[in-house]
Order: sequence, then C-alpha cells, then structure tokens
Amino acid sequence: MQIEEKLNILADAAKYDVSCASSGGTRKNSGKGLGNSHQSGICHSYTEDGRCVSLLKILLTNHCIYDCAFCVSRRSNDIRRAAFKVQEVVDLTINFYRRNYIEGLFLSSGIFKNADYTMERLLQIVKKLRTEERFHGYIHLKTIPGASEQLVREAGLYADRMSINLELPTEAGLKQLAPEKSHEEVKKPLDWVNKSMIQLNEERQLMRRVPTFVPAGQSTQLVVGATAESDKDILYTADRFYRDYGLKRVYYSGYIPVSEDHRLPTIGSHPPLLRENRLYQTDWLMRFYGFEVSELLNDDHPFLDTAIDPKLSWALRHPQVFPIDVNTAEYRMILRVPGIGVGSAQKIVQARKFGKLRFDQLRKIGVALNRARHFIWCADSVLSLREPSPMEIRQRILASQAYRFSPTQLSLF
Amino acid sequence: METYVFDGSLTGLLSAVFIAYERRSDAVKVVSQDRYQPDLLGGGIKIDADSRQADRVWKGLAKRVGAAGLNTFYAAFLGEDAQGYQSLFDLSRAVFDRGGDIMEDFGNVQLLFVSQLARKVHREKHRMEAFVRFQKTADGLFTSFVAPDYNVLPLIRRHFTDRYADQRWLIYDSKRKYGLYYDGDSTAEVEIEFSGPTGKMRTSSLPENVLAEDEGLYQRLWKGYFNHTNIAARKNTKLHIRHIPKRYWRYLTEKSDLHL
Repeated sequence: MQIEEKLNILADAAKYDVSCASSGGTRKNSGKGLGNSHQSGICHSYTEDGRCVSLLKILLTNHCIYDCAFCVSRRSNDIRRAAFKVQEVVDLTINFYRRNYIEGLFLSSGIFKNADYTMERLLQIVKKLRTEERFHGYIHLKTIPGASEQLVREAGLYADRMSINLELPTEAGLKQLAPEKSHEEVKKPLDWVNKSMIQLNEERQLMRRVPTFVPAGQSTQLVVGATAESDKDILYTADRFYRDYGLKRVYYSGYIPVSEDHRLPTIGSHPPLLRENRLYQTDWLMRFYGFEVSELLNDDHPFLDTAIDPKLSWALRHPQVFPIDVNTAEYRMILRVPGIGVGSAQKIVQARKFGKLRFDQLRKIGVALNRARHFIWCADSVLSLREPSPMEIRQRILASQAYRFSPTQLSLF
Repeated sequence: METYVFDGSLTGLLSAVFIAYERRSDAVKVVSQDRYQPDLLGGGIKIDADSRQADRVWKGLAKRVGAAGLNTFYAAFLGEDAQGYQSLFDLSRAVFDRGGDIMEDFGNVQLLFVSQLARKVHREKHRMEAFVRFQKTADGLFTSFVAPDYNVLPLIRRHFTDRYADQRWLIYDSKRKYGLYYDGDSTAEVEIEFSGPTGKMRTSSLPENVLAEDEGLYQRLWKGYFNHTNIAARKNTKLHIRHIPKRYWRYLTEKSDLHL
C-alpha cells in the first residue's frame, strides 16, 4: 500500500478524537535540534468544519481487537485497514514539521494483538523522534487501555501530553455499547501518570536534574449524545476527573453516527453541536470563572438551556445577586456577570482606579452590553422604577440582534 | 497646532517626542514622511531621526511603563497606522507628564487605541507563525513568501530562529521587500531583488524546477491529510473562514490550488 493511501485511511480513523491542543509544552530547543513548544499552542490550519489543525493526528493502525459500537474502527465494521511502519510515522512528522505544517504529532492506535504490543510500538516511535531525530516539537500520545505500568511510565518521559478516553460519561453507558471496556481501566493509567507527575514535581524542588514528564498534563474525552446521559451526568463525571486526576482538559465530542447499530442514533442524523458548545461553555465556567458545577447543574436543572448560554441562565435563576456595581464589586462577582469575560473583568478592575466607569467605556473595553446591561450598575446608570423580571430580561436578550441563536461551535480551541 | 514630519522609523517617532519637549510644543500633529501632504497654512517641522534622542526617550519610557508596556508600544508602532503614530506620540507624552500608571487606564482613548492596535499586530504575528509554509528547494533552503497586513517580521524572528535551528530558511515579505534569512547559525534581515512580480503573486508557491525532489510528495501528503482529517458531518464554512480569512489562503499549501 502506498504511503498516501495509508495516511488518508489512518487520518480518517483518527479524526473523531477532538483534542488538538498543542499548548502547555515547555520544551526548549537547546543545542541545534529541531523544534520547540509554544506555550500557548499554534493552530496551523483549520478544516472546513472549523476545527483547529495543530498536530498530525493519526492512528498507527486501525486494526482493532475491540468492538465498541460507537467507534468507526470496531472489529465488526467492514472498512479498509492499514498500518504504518515506525519509520513512516517518524518521516511524516519530521517532514511536516520542517515545513511549518504542524506543531507536532498526535499518535493513537487501534489495539492489535494486545495492549502491550501496541503500546510498545507507540513508545518506539516517540523514543525515536526524541532521541534520534532530536525532535522537540509537541507529542500527544494516547495511552492504550490495559498496557503495563512500566510502558506507560516510560512513554511519559517522551510525550508532552498523554490521554486516555473515558468514551462514555457513565459506566452504565459503557456496559451497553462497549462491554469490553470500563472506566476502571481508564482510571489506572491516569492515576499512574498523575502520581509520577506529582512525585517528580516534588523532586524538582530538591534536585536540579529531574526528567521532564508529561509537561502538558493529561486529558480525556467523552462522547456526547450516543447514550441517554443528562448534561449533569456528563459534567459531574468531568468535574470528578478534573479533581481526582488533575486533568488539564476534558473534551466533549458530539457523537457522529458511524454505525447502523440499533442502540445508537442513525447514520445521517445531525451531531449535537449546540449541546456540545454549551458543555464547553460550562466547562470554562468551572475552570476559569469560579463556578461550582453544582451551581450550574443539579437535580432541579439536569440539562443546560440550549437557547441561552449557561452563565446567563445562572444569572436569570439568581436575580437576588444583581445588579452588581462594576465600580465597587469584587473581581469574582464581576466575573459572574453575563457578557463580561475574564479579559474585560481584569480591565474593569484596573481602569476603575482612574475614575468611575460609564457604559461607553465598558463597551470599548469589550463588554457585551446587550447581556451585561441588565445585570450591572455603573456611573451613568439611571434609576428605573420597576425592575424587569428575569423572564422579561431573557426575552429582551433573545430578541437583540447580537444574540442570534446560531448552532455553531465556539472557537475555543 | 504644529505638524511634525518624521521619517517613518521608530527612531524618528521617538525623536519627535524628544523635540516636543525641547520646543515646549503644545498640541502636535505627527505624520510620517510618506503620508505627509503640505498644506497652505504653513509647512511641517521636519524631525531628524536621532538615535541619541530616541534612546533617551525609549529608556525614559522603559523606566515608567516596564517591559510589557514597551512591547505594546513596539507592536503598535509596527502597525504602520497614521492614527497609531499619533496615539503613540500622545501617549508617550502623557506617560512623561503623568507617570506610567496611565498604562492601566483603559478609559483613556490613546491607550485604548494603542493597545488595540498592538493586539491586531500580535494577532497577525501569531497568524504568520501559524500560516508560513516552507517549501524546500533543491539546495536545501526552506523558503516562504508572505505579505502580512502589518510589518511583523521583526516580531516573528525569534520564534522561527529558535524553532528551526537545524535547517536554513528564508521568510520573505513581498509587500515590504525584505526578508529574514537564517544560515544555520544566525538570522539576518536581507533585501533581495526578485525578478518577476512577487508582490502580486496569487499563490506563494515556487516553480517546480527549483524545488527539492521530495517537496511535491510532502505537499501532496499534506493536502491529502488536510482533506481526510475533516469531518464532513460537522461542516461549518462560516467558522472556517473566520479562522482563516481568504486573504491568507494563498500562503497555504492545503488551500492554495483549491479555490483561486
């Protein structure tokens, strides 16, 4: 089989893994090697679906001994199979990198023969890139579930990020669609890598030469919409994994039908892109805006409102908190105002030292006033006799030009 | 109102700030030589770019606004914008008159203009770091032609020098007619005359006869990869174009011969 054909097949099979982050790497190009890591990551291109292309994302092979119903490479699926040789992956990575096409390699694989055999091959590739080619670009390596601890730990010496996918938000869902897999099997390697990271960080305080070990941390992915879990189930799982394993990212991947299996949405049905978007927004609120997941989703509100964003939704449920005076309120409260992002909140706190802020200044700073104006008080606010109800505010915002319902994904990554 | 005409260089603009204090000028309009149109009411004052004066102003600014502030100033200067020059000039005087704290006053129009221009320039810098595509020539030089909106080559120099330390490369700005050349050891600004209309090139690809033997293969592999990593069910053209505006397509191997 020609290399071009192999690349096409194995890129096709790898594309359902949505992570393409290349941030958080710390590798410097000391001496005359090739490449380095850019702290904030670089997207070198964007596919027609609007997703970032940062890494050469491929499978080593799409042969697989497992039969997970949601996966395009499942054993029982009648598709073309291919496998790269170790050197082919190395050559592709180096030559793409030299032309500034990519930030590095995202390497995953179907499982052939057994977990350790597959993991060994992946390890050979990353080791060769780092030691023989002196490659300092970004490497995201998938951990193969069931691989031995020793192989996983050794891979951590060469990879910038490691990940292993939970696939479905709950153990029950997994039983239904991928009975050969379990969350327990995912937790083990996450825990090995996390413990090694913590241990090496402690040693770093005491010793000068400690090897780099997965400097960009670990991530995982959840498939959304293949099974019937609520948004609450999904984000509570994510929150637990953020806490227990110090994950850098949880990715939410709207299920794209790839199977006629009666347990799954039919082929041709539209992937739940808007729902996916709302999940990411909520994830951001948990990580950067100081929200607890239970404030945003709970037994009374197990699903996110798709018509409005989750911060606005929270604000409308808590009218007693507002309005907030931007000229005096604490930073953490300003962050909670719909239409004010982290950047604007920081600017507000700096700028108000020089005088009371007015609406026109807030607009220039970058605040989305169509939402924010209903929740804030500033220098030129006028007192109104009757406060509009949350329902009225919701209607006004939905009617405003700048808040058009659009079923697209956010450009978060 | 006096009008200062400077030569368009950073040294010139900083000299203008120096002169404003020397002449005790009140309101000043600064304009770069290439945009200057003398009016009937009186000529502008020609500012000589004086590196000694510029150095004093730059150091004075550094003391008051710090390294981050200077980066903002420099990036905004590379924006090559008439209003940007004026705002930089006014903001510099405000910093000297009222102190460096002013760099946090985002209610101030000059500061807001400068910081927003600097942001645009940084975005273009980041785009160049992403969208430069090298083509390998037969003699092993990795070559790229670009025409950025702002003069960002000075800002991307370090990134490419650090990253591609073991290969010779050239990034040429065909709009501003100069390039960065790394010879395997260090990077220098170079001026090269190309025969042929590089400035108006519709694509940035080089003629096949000067390319390395395997260049065609890797371009084909990359295009194939780009198309196969796309998920058709998620097609979103609006988002796609927002991320890579069409004016950048001509740089991109994966887009260049598709929609021109």
